[in-house]
Amino acid sequence: MSATQMLIAGFGGQGILFTGKFLAYKGLVEGKEVSWLPSYGPEMRGGTASCSVILSDEPVGSPIVSTPDVLVAMNLPSLDKYEDSVAPGGIIIVDSTLIEREVKRDDVTVYYVPATKLASDNEMPTLANMIIAGKLLKATDSFTDEGVDAALKKVISAKRADMLDVNKKAMQIGADC
Amino acid sequence: MADKVLMKGNEAIAEAAIIAGCRHYFGYPITPQTEIAAYMAKRMPKIGGTFLQAESEIAAINMVYGVSSTGKRVMTSSSSPGISLKGEGLSYLAGADLPALVINVQRGGPGLGGIQPSQSDYFQATKGGAHGDFRMIVLAPSSVQEMADMTVKGFDLADKYRMTAMVLADGTMGQMMEPVSLDYEIGAPVEKPWATTGTKMERPHNIVNSLFLVPDELEKSNFERFERYKYIEENECMYEEYMMDDAEICVTAFGIAARVSKNAINAAREMGIKVGLIRPITLWPFPVAPYRKAADKVKEIISVELSMGQMIEDVKLASECKVPVTLCNRVGGMIPSPEQVLDAIKNAANGGAK
Repeated sequence: MSATQMLIAGFGGQGILFTGKFLAYKGLVEGKEVSWLPSYGPEMRGGTASCSVILSDEPVGSPIVSTPDVLVAMNLPSLDKYEDSVAPGGIIIVDSTLIEREVKRDDVTVYYVPATKLASDNEMPTLANMIIAGKLLKATDSFTDEGVDAALKKVISAKRADMLDVNKKAMQIGADC
Repeated sequence: MADKVLMKGNEAIAEAAIIAGCRHYFGYPITPQTEIAAYMAKRMPKIGGTFLQAESEIAAINMVYGVSSTGKRVMTSSSSPGISLKGEGLSYLAGADLPALVINVQRGGPGLGGIQPSQSDYFQATKGGAHGDFRMIVLAPSSVQEMADMTVKGFDLADKYRMTAMVLADGTMGQMMEPVSLDYEIGAPVEKPWATTGTKMERPHNIVNSLFLVPDELEKSNFERFERYKYIEENECMYEEYMMDDAEICVTAFGIAARVSKNAINAAREMGIKVGLIRPITLWPFPVAPYRKAADKVKEIISVELSMGQMIEDVKLASECKVPVTLCNRVGGMIPSPEQVLDAIKNAANGGAK
């Protein structure tokens, strides 16, 4: 069974759940079985927020990601909490603007993306999450213009259609860095 | 595929209820089901329906009683402690033979408990839920699609049998998003000649009531109700069997536990262990038939639950204790991992229960 298990984690307010929803929709428009499960509860206030996203060729069993193939850590508590859970051979993407330490694991591929700085430099300060999402798709060989466009249209409501281009641009910055 | 949208389980329930013709929702917020109320608050005013946040769960269930008396489709939703508060109303609905849909997105207990997922209201849901002899039809969805499907089905069954149907979900099912398709053909509303809609001076008064002070009349109403329950037990059981054809070990679970179990079963099959799953979809009526069949060919049944072992009692009854029935569980908001279930399966394969 071919499945990709992803864990997206950071502070509440960084767009963690949105990023997960985008990735789930990307899978859906490409014909995959998908699930999205947020952490919910007191930890969402100021602590870590996370969501589990699974893309699979088969119906998704448990929606809980305990051994991610891909971990996105957008703050230090998330990296501390989930680094050891990543599957050997997996991928860790960190926002290196906010996380100063290096990843300790040597059996995973690590991408250090200064996403928060890139977002700020490019006058899109709220889109560090989508810069990371671009990098994630690139790193998993799944960045296609059609897929990204279709998924963005699903997660961004028609009322906010003016945000489509800047989200796409953020993802391109992530993919190219 | 293209017309599927991603929805949270809670949102899927709310939208499915509206599609099923529900125009009256009464509730009181509680994690992890508040999205149902939030969705209703947004949608109901736009379609001429009623969304009302009651002053308490007790008030909400009694508003359900009132609307149901008029023959309209009506629902309320809550999570474990809130369902306990609704208990009195559930019993009154049963005593008055009123249809209603009640959603319980369970969280850990007892008491105020926690806010993470649980299945520890199984006894409460399937054995009545309050005082008096009565049943509720209990539907246990295992995907966001089924959250919607069981909502529509629940309204139909409630109307058909004049009783409460409960969708028994858990925090995971309520919070997770999956693709869902909401294409339903909704039949014509069930005739409700008993409803209190005004006589227009053309018929005798209809009275909706659960008070019977004459014992033999109360006994008769109980007997009649249980005749209906018997018919439901014979005709409305729903379950899924997964890889049970050649199974030597049977896992049984509902809701989120069934999904975790499927992961473990797939892993065990790759190791050559012949294991399958019985997933009850109706928890009452409990589907006895697949367990009877399994009890004659498997060497152990493993009940995977997010409780201290509640469904396991019905599994033992259904399998007539012909084979050992063991429990694999987590509680308090914890969820068994596929690895934990796989270990239980391997243990059974290696000689099994002591």
